[in-house]
Amino acid sequence: MDPLHQFQINSLFQIVLGGYDVSFTNSAFFMVVAVAAIYALLVMGVANKSMVPGRLQSLAEMFYEFVANLVRDNAGHDAKPYFPFVFSIFMFVLIGNMIGMIPYTFTFTSHIIVTFALAATVFVFVTILALLKHGLHFFSFFMPHGAPVALAPILIPIEVISYVMRPVSLSIRLFANMMAGHTMLKVFAGFTVMMISGMGALGFVTGLVPLAINVALTGFEFLVAFLQAYVFSILTCLYIRDALELH
Amino acid sequence: MPNLLAKGRLARWSGVAGASLATLTTMAGTVLAAAAEHAPNAAHGGEHASGGLPQLNPANFPTQIFWLALTFGVLYYLMSKKALPRVAEVLEARQERISRDLAKAAQLKEEAEAILAQVEKSLAGARAEAQGVIAEAAAGIEANNQARQAQLNADIAERLRTAEASIATAKEQALANIRAESTGIVRDITSRLAGVDVDQAQADAAVAAVLEERRG
Repeated sequence: MDPLHQFQINSLFQIVLGGYDVSFTNSAFFMVVAVAAIYALLVMGVANKSMVPGRLQSLAEMFYEFVANLVRDNAGHDAKPYFPFVFSIFMFVLIGNMIGMIPYTFTFTSHIIVTFALAATVFVFVTILALLKHGLHFFSFFMPHGAPVALAPILIPIEVISYVMRPVSLSIRLFANMMAGHTMLKVFAGFTVMMISGMGALGFVTGLVPLAINVALTGFEFLVAFLQAYVFSILTCLYIRDALELH
Repeated sequence: MPNLLAKGRLARWSGVAGASLATLTTMAGTVLAAAAEHAPNAAHGGEHASGGLPQLNPANFPTQIFWLALTFGVLYYLMSKKALPRVAEVLEARQERISRDLAKAAQLKEEAEAILAQVEKSLAGARAEAQGVIAEAAAGIEANNQARQAQLNADIAERLRTAEASIATAKEQALANIRAESTGIVRDITSRLAGVDVDQAQADAAVAAVLEERRG
């Protein structure tokens, strides 16, 4: 009945590497499932290379064009080489979120360490990209154009903090949304079960109320699952644009 | 296209919403978890008796980072080297096919228009030719009609002349008969009434004179 039990990490296969416990867990299992599903969708989808696509091929092409447009519109034309990176991020988060919508699965995107590691990857990636592209000129990013020099002692720390906080906000947004949604589903499902076990026959009637809420929440969660993947990728694109153009 | 500001606002909004939802539900969850732990038949109570979020248990961090790095690395490799180039290939092939078909369609349209112009030209030629033929035929028919008309007229005139000639001959014949008969009658009458025998030539001359007189 514990709504947080679904976030429990269970080791399926004990592995210790260099003193660290890197066991194959339920979280790792669903990461592998997500990667396999994404790869299967894309490779099987376009296996026939049909001129007129079937259902699976349409889906694969739809994802491709969706992310391609996302990158083009938000990161600019120069960002084309980074399309596979954004695509991987989008699909990994989206499929991770969607797998979580299947009962009895594990939502690896509901773990702060996973989302933070992903966000940190994005952060390190765009920072290195900016340094490679602009060299030391990159640091001018922290001093907004046209701002009075006198304000520099205030502006620069603010800009640096806001830059460094990017991976934090990026990861917490995804983690919080996924965890909150899944906990809510479990809490309302728990209400129904508690009403039935606690109120007897009346519980079957009153239990319908949280059940109805749960139905609505499930639909809402599908929206959130997509939206968060979209937001995560769009922000990645915007960070790439910042790195390429420095404002 | 929604502007970047709207997207940023969306991201911020969902972040705030998510964070507040997380706070609320974590509180609710903790209450429920506590309730479950105190329940006599708490099945999983002992497993995370610490009561904290599994997400905040650092013991789970190395394995998740390790498997995330591994799976995401593999995913990035598969996407960039295998899957995405294939999808791009299919999309490019289709784009190429579409533009090729469009070009072909434009070319065919041009050809069809040329053929249409040619058809119209030859149609106009044929029409003019037909007009000529019709005019020629009409002229021929007209000429033919006139020739036949003339022939007919000549024929009629010829017949008229023949008929007139035969009528004249018959008249002459009749007159000659009348004269001969009259001569006989004259000789007969004079011999019976006067007892004078008029000879043939005298009687004939007298009849001829009377006939001449009457005719005049």
